[in-house]
Amino acid sequence: MTPITPHCQQSHPAQQGVFLKWGRAMASQMTRAEDGRRPLHTNPLLDGFDERLTALASRQETVEMSVEAVADVVQALIGSLEGDLQADDLHLYNEVEGLADFIRSARAEIVAINPTDIREEFLPTAADELDAIVQATEQATGAIMDVTEMIEDVIQRATPEDAETLQNAVTAIYEACSFQDITGQRITKVVRMLKSIEVRVDALVAAFAPKGGLRAAALITNESTSQEALNLQQAGNFGRTQSQAVGDRPDDNSLLNGPQANGDAMGQDDIDALLKSFD
Amino acid sequence: MAVDKNMRVLIVDDYKTMLRIIRNLLRQLGFNNIDEATDGSSALQQLRSGTQYGLVISDWNMEPMTGLQLLREVRADAKLKALPFIMVTAESKSENVIAAKEAGVSNYIVKPFNAETLKAKMVSVLGDF
Repeated sequence: MTPITPHCQQSHPAQQGVFLKWGRAMASQMTRAEDGRRPLHTNPLLDGFDERLTALASRQETVEMSVEAVADVVQALIGSLEGDLQADDLHLYNEVEGLADFIRSARAEIVAINPTDIREEFLPTAADELDAIVQATEQATGAIMDVTEMIEDVIQRATPEDAETLQNAVTAIYEACSFQDITGQRITKVVRMLKSIEVRVDALVAAFAPKGGLRAAALITNESTSQEALNLQQAGNFGRTQSQAVGDRPDDNSLLNGPQANGDAMGQDDIDALLKSFD
Repeated sequence: MAVDKNMRVLIVDDYKTMLRIIRNLLRQLGFNNIDEATDGSSALQQLRSGTQYGLVISDWNMEPMTGLQLLREVRADAKLKALPFIMVTAESKSENVIAAKEAGVSNYIVKPFNAETLKAKMVSVLGDF
């Protein structure tokens, strides 16, 4: 039997469906001999287990299944095991027990996270700091350009030789100042990543918060904001407008990557060559 | 035909510093009739206002309307479709260049760029000046 790798079970219907199919397959293997005919176990709990799986499967399309329900199913499966266990059964038991332990500890760790700190302090502080960097560099760049424009005005009164030297220097300063645009775009990328992390933290806490878990559930005070942010991400196009005449292109969002790392970016020569290939 | 440096040029970028840089470089090249817009939507409004423009130089990554969407709008508009349009952007992946080319971009400059590159691309689009 393939070893089971426990992983975070979010309360998503598609993932629940996979888990329920797995549960049924395991239960079937445990109740039938390899010849597929006579039952190996006659434990009433295991009979009830299959009915519970069926009940859960009928609900999965309309109701998000809590992690407790998943853990209950796993626990029922473990509790139904009795009698002499074969080597394969023992292996399966250990895997299932490991899965249950993982679910319990993951839930405890996530509940222990204080999402308020993340959402209201750490992430906003990080975003504020980054915004401050962008503003500071914009101000500094503006000051440099103010002075450079003053020099450019004076160039006309310089000798031709000095004028050429000064003009070249002014141009070089303008070109160098474009760093502020690039750094601003990189920082904007980071801020978007932080917002994405915030949405996922909320979703993770919501998935693993136990019923009546006041600490996690109560701290998600603005579910609509989290859902709104999630919808915004998922909708694509980030609310950008475009007329009906040219139509909407859902894949345009994938083209918004911003400045690339030096090793990944195409240079102007590469771009010119690519454009030429269309001729 | 000689390039009329009195033509009106529209530069579009959501970073004021970049608008300023491009404006100053254009002035060094002798182009002094320069209008600015900070996103594709306002740029499109200006283009459709009745003012005759000879060139658009636009960034890509802007909100609410990107430079790519602006380009598509321009090419879809019967009165604007022949307008020379140069994209100046940090988007440097091949799929970006291909998407822009398929949308009808006249030329493509990747940031950071220098004055020489700007002039060369303008010459390739407008002719010698």
